[in-house]
Amino acid sequence: MRDPEDAPESTAALTAEVIRCDACPVLCRIREGQAGACDRYANEGGKLVRLDPLLILQRGAPAVPFLEPNKPWDGRIVSGANTFLTGVGATTTYPDYKPAPFIVSSKFQGVDMVTVVTEGIFSYCGLKVKIDTDRYLGPEQSAVRVDGEQIGHVTTAEYGSQMLSLGGVRHLTGGTKKEGNVTCDALLRLSNRQPVEVNIDGGATVLVQAGAAPVVNGAREERMRVGCGSAAIGIFAQQWHGHADEVIVVDDHITGVLTEHQAGRFLDMRPSGVRIRGRKSTPGRYFKVAEPGLGWGGTDITDPLSIIEMIDPKRAWPGMRLLMVSTTGEDAEWYVLDDDLKPVKQPMPEAIRKVVARIAENCEPARCTVLFMGGAGGSLRAGVTENPVRLTRSVKEVITKVTCGGAPTYVWPGGGITILVDVLRMPERSFGYVPTPALVLPIEFTMPLEAYAAMGGHVERVVPLEQALRGVRFRSEAWHARNPWPIDA
Amino acid sequence: MNHPARATLPDGRLLLQHGPIELVIEAWGERCEIELAYDQAWRRFQDILETLVCELALIRSPLREPYPLARGPVARRLIAACWPHRSVFVTPMAAVAGGVADEMLEALLAGRAIAKAYVNDGGDIALHFGVGEFFDLGVVGDVGQPALSAVARIRFDSPVRGIATSGWRGRSQSLGIADAVTVLARTAAAADVAATLIANAVNVEHPAIRRQPAREVKIDSDLGDLPVTVAVGELPHACTTQALENGLALAQSMRSGGLVEAAYLSLQGQTRVAARSDAPGSVKLRAGNPSS
Repeated sequence: MRDPEDAPESTAALTAEVIRCDACPVLCRIREGQAGACDRYANEGGKLVRLDPLLILQRGAPAVPFLEPNKPWDGRIVSGANTFLTGVGATTTYPDYKPAPFIVSSKFQGVDMVTVVTEGIFSYCGLKVKIDTDRYLGPEQSAVRVDGEQIGHVTTAEYGSQMLSLGGVRHLTGGTKKEGNVTCDALLRLSNRQPVEVNIDGGATVLVQAGAAPVVNGAREERMRVGCGSAAIGIFAQQWHGHADEVIVVDDHITGVLTEHQAGRFLDMRPSGVRIRGRKSTPGRYFKVAEPGLGWGGTDITDPLSIIEMIDPKRAWPGMRLLMVSTTGEDAEWYVLDDDLKPVKQPMPEAIRKVVARIAENCEPARCTVLFMGGAGGSLRAGVTENPVRLTRSVKEVITKVTCGGAPTYVWPGGGITILVDVLRMPERSFGYVPTPALVLPIEFTMPLEAYAAMGGHVERVVPLEQALRGVRFRSEAWHARNPWPIDA
Repeated sequence: MNHPARATLPDGRLLLQHGPIELVIEAWGERCEIELAYDQAWRRFQDILETLVCELALIRSPLREPYPLARGPVARRLIAACWPHRSVFVTPMAAVAGGVADEMLEALLAGRAIAKAYVNDGGDIALHFGVGEFFDLGVVGDVGQPALSAVARIRFDSPVRGIATSGWRGRSQSLGIADAVTVLARTAAAADVAATLIANAVNVEHPAIRRQPAREVKIDSDLGDLPVTVAVGELPHACTTQALENGLALAQSMRSGGLVEAAYLSLQGQTRVAARSDAPGSVKLRAGNPSS
């Protein structure tokens, strides 16, 4: 018999980047970023982690581990009332006429509820991306590209933000193979909260990541402005009244001048005689007081007085108090006019400082938000019921709730089941893909048992949640506190 | 440390799991006989992995003369199945999934009246037939596009009692580039090692193929510093043809040596079948859709 000494075992020592898995007697050594022999445990950053795909979410009670400690899982620790089986890792059945992988029942407040759990393959899908920025990202309808391939386009500008429409079946399967693959990969990464850099034809390069600040041409957006200069005047006019004689809110889009503005007139403020550069839009509102840039309020100015064209001696008076402030409150100066009506910088009074701080406080952090949109029409419905149109009707009548990894969805009116869901409310790494290319994501349909029977559901396949989980490998996470509990008749 | 786990799948099949071993077991027959069979399989399962790992160093070593004597019954199965192939680099680990399936099938059946049964160890399957029974086998060539790419009806009067599949994308490392090699043989262990070696032989040199020393990919690999396949790009038709012919030659020599009954090889849309369909009770393994 061979001496174990000459076995090829002992060559690589355990180092910082190699850990020994003690989950079973094999005692695999696992390098960082790799999995053990079972493909179930891996070394992630020096830590032993589970790779089990199927995810249950639990509210209230602490999450339960599987097959630990020291005895086989018997399903008993799972309480149906507080456990939601997500489609994450549920896999899909193919072809879809077969019932969905999990059709589970649970009791909620005395009502038998059924949740049909699957992973849907979506070829009709894409992302609606909102980028909080006042910077110019590119013309509407312009192509949005990754690696030179068009993955979507610029759509409308919205309040303090620019919308992009990415993906869609035309880019996924309607173009070249490369276009489809690049699109699918970008959608997948964005959906799984990873960063993707996009180039906009005739516009900017933007680093987009769900929940993170956008990075436009290398510059990170910190805050959304509270509104345009004119809006800031409108919001804070009353709070300045009595403390300042004139307020100018510097903004690359619309600069506001308080005493000329509707808000100042309403407060019977005395015209200050301060005239600023730029093109007057309506009283107290000015376009293009300077060039766009990285200075005050998205302009290129660093000295705010440079936008003042003149101060009318017939209207202004010595001792007049002037506040100049940017739309984010990041920049502000306080001036008092001397006897020659020249503005002289003075320490800012406390009452004014407070309002300036309030402007900053009201500037929300700039974010990228990513909403997945896709059609769960097609044959996916057949995994739920033998009569798919009834599922659609039941969803439309809000009898059946549609969730994605437990996250609530908005279901578009009209035909089919076209949903919108915020990827940040879904569990991390919920999305996968198939080479079609198409995205794969968890989807759950929850309804009362009666309704499930009425729509021609696969009632014979309904099993209690505890039984469905018996012998199935899964991991457990805490319920996302902001999401409504779906099992609620 | 996790212990062996037992569960019943919603459709009644038995699931046994311990560490990297995951078995799906199904038996046909009288209800009480099936239950007894499942219980004795569960009992046998308790020390399968622990006994195996006692001799892990031995079964991870390349086979060479003299015939290694192992203590554990599964380790012995592995060595017996791999021994005929020792002229090439092979470690008994090449048959490990099949060997566990064979051992568990034997435990399942001992003393029971079971019409037919299988033990599926992650795609490597041990089969049992009563008289007149058969199994229909479907081969899925590309997991991304689930469709049957080959079918076979395996009948009780054929010698096939084991099925195994190997390919570079699978859980085990491969020296070759086959998408899938499915082998039918007299035991699951024999099918397992043959599938591994035929998949290794489906090979060719091309810049689109990326390889890496086995230990760099999996630190405990029994393949040492041999280059294992980590990526296969699109290959010219001539390359896939050559690679498949290389694998087919080995499959045919194994078949004429009685080591395998049939083999199905697939690579980038091309397939080859090594099988005989003339002899009575032999296996008909054919490429294509079952409905055609």
